[in-house]
Amino acid sequence: MFAEHTCTDFGMENQKYPGDSVVTGHGLIHGRLVYLFSQDFTVFGGSLSSVHAKKICKVMDQAMLVGAPVIGLNDSGGARIQEGVESLAGYADIFQRNVMASGVVPQISMIMGPCAGGAVYSPALTDFTFMIQDTSYLFITGPDVVKAVTNEDVTQEELGGARTHTTLSGVAHKAFNNDIHGLLNLRTFMNYLPQSNQDQAPIRQCDDPWDRDVPGLDTVVPLESTAAYNMLDVVHGVVDEGDFFEIMPNYAKNIIVGFARMNGRTVGIVGNQPKSAAGCLDINSSVKGARFVRFCDAFNIPLVTFVDVPGFLPGTAQEYGGIIRHGAKLLYAFAEATVPKITVITRKAYGGAYDVMSSKHLRGDMNYTWPTAEVAVMGAKGAVSILYRGQSDVAKYEKEYIDKFGNPFPAAVRGFVDDIIEPHTTRRRICQDLDKLATKKLTNPWKKHANIPL
Amino acid sequence: MAFTALTKDFSRLLRASLLAYHKNGRRALTLSASRRCAIYTTDPIDANEPTFDKILIANRGEIACRVIKTARKMGIKTVAIHSDVDSNAPHVKLADEAVCVGTAQARDSYLRMDRILDAIKTTGSQAVHPGYGFLSENADFVQKLEDIGVSFIGPNAKAITGMGDKLESKRLAMAAGVNTIPGFDGIVKDAEDCVRISNDIGYPVMIKASAGGGGKGMRIAWNDDEAREGFKLSTQEAASSFGDDRILVEKFVDNPRHIEIQVLGDKFGNAIYLNERECSIQRRNQKVIEEAPSVFLDEATRKAMGEQAVALAKQIGYSSAGTVEFLVDSKKNFYFLEMNTRLQVEHPITECITGVDLVHQMIRVAKGHSLKISQKDVPIRGWAIESRVYAEDPFKNFGLPSIGRLSKYQEPLHLPKVRCDSGIEEGSEISIYYDPMICKLVCYGDNREEALERSIKALDAYVIRGVTHNIPLLRDILTEARFVSGNISTNYLPEVYPDGFKGKQLTSKEKAELTAVLASVYVKDALRSRNFMNAERIKVNSRIPSSWSLVVQVAGEDVPCEIKVEDGAFKVTVEDRVVAVDSAFDLASPLIEANIDGEQETIQLIKLGSGGEIRIRYKGTAFQTTVVTDTAHRYLSYMPEKPKVDQSKVVLSPMPGLVKSIACAPGDMVGEGQEVCVIEAMKMQNSLVAAATGKVKAIHVKEGETVEEEQVLVELE
Repeated sequence: MFAEHTCTDFGMENQKYPGDSVVTGHGLIHGRLVYLFSQDFTVFGGSLSSVHAKKICKVMDQAMLVGAPVIGLNDSGGARIQEGVESLAGYADIFQRNVMASGVVPQISMIMGPCAGGAVYSPALTDFTFMIQDTSYLFITGPDVVKAVTNEDVTQEELGGARTHTTLSGVAHKAFNNDIHGLLNLRTFMNYLPQSNQDQAPIRQCDDPWDRDVPGLDTVVPLESTAAYNMLDVVHGVVDEGDFFEIMPNYAKNIIVGFARMNGRTVGIVGNQPKSAAGCLDINSSVKGARFVRFCDAFNIPLVTFVDVPGFLPGTAQEYGGIIRHGAKLLYAFAEATVPKITVITRKAYGGAYDVMSSKHLRGDMNYTWPTAEVAVMGAKGAVSILYRGQSDVAKYEKEYIDKFGNPFPAAVRGFVDDIIEPHTTRRRICQDLDKLATKKLTNPWKKHANIPL
Repeated sequence: MAFTALTKDFSRLLRASLLAYHKNGRRALTLSASRRCAIYTTDPIDANEPTFDKILIANRGEIACRVIKTARKMGIKTVAIHSDVDSNAPHVKLADEAVCVGTAQARDSYLRMDRILDAIKTTGSQAVHPGYGFLSENADFVQKLEDIGVSFIGPNAKAITGMGDKLESKRLAMAAGVNTIPGFDGIVKDAEDCVRISNDIGYPVMIKASAGGGGKGMRIAWNDDEAREGFKLSTQEAASSFGDDRILVEKFVDNPRHIEIQVLGDKFGNAIYLNERECSIQRRNQKVIEEAPSVFLDEATRKAMGEQAVALAKQIGYSSAGTVEFLVDSKKNFYFLEMNTRLQVEHPITECITGVDLVHQMIRVAKGHSLKISQKDVPIRGWAIESRVYAEDPFKNFGLPSIGRLSKYQEPLHLPKVRCDSGIEEGSEISIYYDPMICKLVCYGDNREEALERSIKALDAYVIRGVTHNIPLLRDILTEARFVSGNISTNYLPEVYPDGFKGKQLTSKEKAELTAVLASVYVKDALRSRNFMNAERIKVNSRIPSSWSLVVQVAGEDVPCEIKVEDGAFKVTVEDRVVAVDSAFDLASPLIEANIDGEQETIQLIKLGSGGEIRIRYKGTAFQTTVVTDTAHRYLSYMPEKPKVDQSKVVLSPMPGLVKSIACAPGDMVGEGQEVCVIEAMKMQNSLVAAATGKVKAIHVKEGETVEEEQVLVELE
């Protein structure tokens, strides 16, 4: 409240404001404790002084002590240039705490104004970064510097606006209309999260019957095996009240991730989206999925995965971009996760992507398929062109292959799927399993930390 | 090998269990069917009367289901036909057998006579019920059936030919002593010929396809330009819908009512009329709400119309159920319009008031039985109203087709005296290939008031999610003063809604009620959000607020309110009113049966979004609202306004459909109101015009492409 900056250069000793350029404190969201700080652009452009940093560190330390989330409302022009290295030290203190708190308490950043320079890295270290359309920006350096260095002409919005970061760069997880809308949505979002890694996923009072049949799911997968459909129809049908808080809805649309509730319990939903790029896995979707899976695992949130994946996206763009390394992240994240994992294969589960998507082999607890599932190394066309190279009777072999693999049976007889279920019973099945798995205990071998292929 | 066998076995098992499920899922249908038995009291099914062993229904959707249900009750096996996209459709599941006859487009499946005839042969069907549309009025098809000795459940080929052609039918009607409309007695050659003839008859004129029906290929012209334009569009529509582009012109009777007489004939020259149906509420010549009987007809007019209709039926040897349509002017003069030689869409209302199962009678007559009912046995028993629930957006031109997947679907069959004739279910896809009708909601009662009241209740409790539907408009019409008083004509919609339908206009009492419900939903959700079942480690703060100051943004207004929780109810103070809402509703069920100040109101919670956004259906119309605390509302006023995108520089597709033609090229200058392209959806052609004068910058679509709603078609500079 009364902290003031300590700078005595450049005439700063004559400009002091109680509290300096950040407001810190704690409060309740729906009765639950959160710690938060809000940078104040009206004081020195929200720039980070050493005392500004100290105040933030103080709330973060308290949050760690009691195990409660930290919310940052970011609106900062960057380092307090007048303070020099002291400001940089302040940044590093915050970064260190961000890293220490990572996986211990949820950390959320809401970008509510232009944030440049050092100010962008703390949000990048937190679990979720939200932005406000048209009024918030995130960039290492602003358009002026960009012009001077690379001679590129670019507006603030193009360089680091909400649109850029939620559709192109994947830096931000979601954008909202305006500040108030953003804050209200943040309150809704916090309702899904546990207070810390010591808590189970929250179970909220639920009005939606857990054993509700969802007849619409019986017809959601088209008869044509190559036709697209919207995996969100499946997600909305299955979860409580069709209520799904989607994360990164406009980035790497071929994978869906987000939070929902099943019989009141928070779950993390991962699903391939056949509507976009046939639901294949590529670099961006793998990274998007991996980060989400790791968050859920860190905070005891069960994972429900809906699989319809034709494989990894081929091509030079992907290979040169390192799809092997990035695809491995999603594989790693699912393999490492010890939370309850329930998987439903709705249609295609081909090749390596089948393994990756929370398969039985990666310690999936319950793996189901719908009758429409096809679990195979690849599609009929590709397989036949390899198996029967140069043969003329392609159609016959393709049919043979489809008869053999165009169904869930090969996987089911080997125990790789636990059951083949009627789609309309999916909700009831998952709810039952989540109840059973609530006491699941599984630990990975002791290690200093794992080495995910970054 | 063993593996393959196992797989086959398994898929059979799966299919069996799926089927078993659908049988259960159809409990609601069985219920409604058993209730319908209460409707069919006049000449009920006689189990001892010989009938067909197996019939094929050459149709899809609700009418196929409708026919199958009666056939089953008569102990007749049924065969459904379907296109590939309809493989899982309810009519297929309902039938004993099903045959796929082709791909999605109707001309490749439901209109493929060769394949349907094959299906008849392979399944050994003895008769065919054509439903309405498709092949129902195709004399060629009837002839082909006759050739292979299969009965057609409908009239003979001669009657179809005679009545199917508007010119011929008029001559026949005149010969039978039926009143007809003045008009040109021949085929129009071209647009200029159309203008000349129109001038001879005198405007306004009706330009319509000779082979037409159902409003397709029909245009009204008030001047030479409209006559030219109308001729062009009608010709195209007629060609694409009926494969016959002959056009005729007749005097357009202004301010008319559309009243039709149901007739029923047998092969022994007997014919009776089953009273009238009032079908005046129409948009673009397609019916929206029908009722039986009509408030307008007195006993003498009814008798006169009925007798003329019967005379016509006898004149042409009509031996099935059919409908004689009349235009009735304000002086109760009536003119013959056309005769539909098939079961009409709106037949259920006649069934409700007469107790006659028309499908049963059609099958009996086709089998060669004579009518057991005579004219004096036909009662008028109460009142029935049919509301056609369509997948369309009523805010655009009283209804432009919409498509989508029914993510949630619940018919209001739990209410008494409600009948739903539908051919879809939850999860069904409403596609651009077929008619966008979702259901015919028929409600009946002892009198018109009761039928109206039941209709309103049923519409309120009708849950349809995933597609835009016309319930807002239907619900509004049923409560509109002119409709309630019975003062209607075919111009009703444009007269009552001169600026188009804008949704339910709330009175101040209704606004207060809606505000109270919204505030209650908000508080209910807020209370639930802090009610965790497993928060052992950290105690949720127990100081639960007992009152809230909220601002509800609804219908463009910010309404402040105070809400308190008091003995099981939310007490909401809106302006100077206090509204009590019983708190015993739940947020998961799509229907909120809210007790508001002691009155039971059915409200639908469509979406409880994040950040206080609530989408709610109140008195038919869906309102997108926001509920925030007064603090949040105060801060909201500081938020910058979002700039609006200029819509006049782009032409958007108003609905999903097919690009029929494009009338401009990049670089062309177009004037305001000039046609830039034509979109065809559900067989209707819609001409899209430029909203401003300008140079065409880009055209984003090609002819023959399918487009989605709101897709940018043409951009202007």
